[in-house]
Amino acid sequence: MTSPTVVVLDYGSGNVHSAVKALELAGANVELTADRRRVAEADGLLVPGVGAFSAVMKALEKVNGAEMVDRRLAGGRPVLGICVGMQILFEHGIERGVSTDGLGEWPGTVTDLSAPVVPHMGWNTVQAPSDSVLFNGVAQERFYFVHSYAAQEWTLDVTPPFPQPRLTWAEHGTRFLAAVENGPLSATQFHPEKSGAPGIRVLSNWLATL
Amino acid sequence: MSVAIRVIPCLDVAAGRVVKGVNFLNLRDAGDPVELARKYYEQGADEITFLDVTATVDNRSTTYDVVRATAEQVFIPLTVGGGVRSAEDVARLQGAGADKVGVNSAAIARPELLSEIADRFGSQALVLSLDLKRSKRTPSGFVVTTHGGRTETQLDGLAWAREAIERGAGELLVNSIDADGTKAGFDLELITGMRQLSTVPVIASGGAGALEHFAPAITAGADAVLAASVFHNAELTVGDVKKALLSSGFAVR
Repeated sequence: MTSPTVVVLDYGSGNVHSAVKALELAGANVELTADRRRVAEADGLLVPGVGAFSAVMKALEKVNGAEMVDRRLAGGRPVLGICVGMQILFEHGIERGVSTDGLGEWPGTVTDLSAPVVPHMGWNTVQAPSDSVLFNGVAQERFYFVHSYAAQEWTLDVTPPFPQPRLTWAEHGTRFLAAVENGPLSATQFHPEKSGAPGIRVLSNWLATL
Repeated sequence: MSVAIRVIPCLDVAAGRVVKGVNFLNLRDAGDPVELARKYYEQGADEITFLDVTATVDNRSTTYDVVRATAEQVFIPLTVGGGVRSAEDVARLQGAGADKVGVNSAAIARPELLSEIADRFGSQALVLSLDLKRSKRTPSGFVVTTHGGRTETQLDGLAWAREAIERGAGELLVNSIDADGTKAGFDLELITGMRQLSTVPVIASGGAGALEHFAPAITAGADAVLAASVFHNAELTVGDVKKALLSSGFAVR
């Protein structure tokens, strides 16, 4: 079996270096690019993201990120969003009182975490559903989170014949979505590329679906 | 269910080598930073912090090489401090593989730097690094120092931390110059003071010398503990520290 090809979307997001290396370790052939054709052809697309929601959206616009993600999903081609790359998949993000439109692949708004200490920074546990593919073998492990905002509700109703989304929750002050597996579109709020061996396993679990 | 206490080995790096010294003086060679980072990663370190103590700007590029090589084989967060003077420095460090940057004296000289970095990269990427010394001159009893404690500023330690959080710092690395290198334990009063004012995570630094020093720092309010020489001298492993924390009832990874 040949290694799956993964494009890490290159749109100026900080520190994509580790994402590339972690995917390679997990068994992928990785390319860092924003070339439309390469993005469309890859077996998987990883959308990284750190920093402010609005800054990530602005940077994505410059490379037509929304269109590239839409096209892949329309064709059932897998996409994985990480951290703010997960948050921008929702309809809106509210940071410091300012609302920014996201890609709107999922309904809902990303809002600030309510906890005594924010950012939520460090290794936390997750509650993954038993049929989760991403957490296969690592559901009991801790993963590295670093964020001040999160999707804290899931409102998408999926009716048969489409499979139900698999939702993984975590808690910091309030409950929030740590990961979503929804057909070809998956996302993690934590950083698998910064979560040691369990994080590499999440990536290889995703690669196995490509 | 809660976030685990983080144990963070700190590597002081100069010209591509790890150095160690007491109170920032008498620096001695302590090995290859990439190899050490990898060893701590395998021991279960939750993050790695590099502190660039290179005196000249010329040698700074070697630090980028160290960060790049480490990020390729160590899949936990990397923080890099020392010599960060502009948002461009942050962009370069992130490009090399740093997740967070520690800012110290440049923010004292120009506090706007904190919001410039936070606005562009997010608060989660910005650590305010504080070298604090006990003093009768400031209201809190702690004064901000620079140059590894050799120069005292006019700033009150706790007031400066509060201002830095307002300006966008997402974490405080609180180093006690008095305790640094003594191996007599963390300055618990300082940590408590920081916890009371801080809404962002607090990392306790300076003074770790024995296993029993770590749990009191967490009880005092720290979210993470940072140490250097006890790890470099192989007196303790990261695993030892975590076991000690766990037996005191704290969640670790």
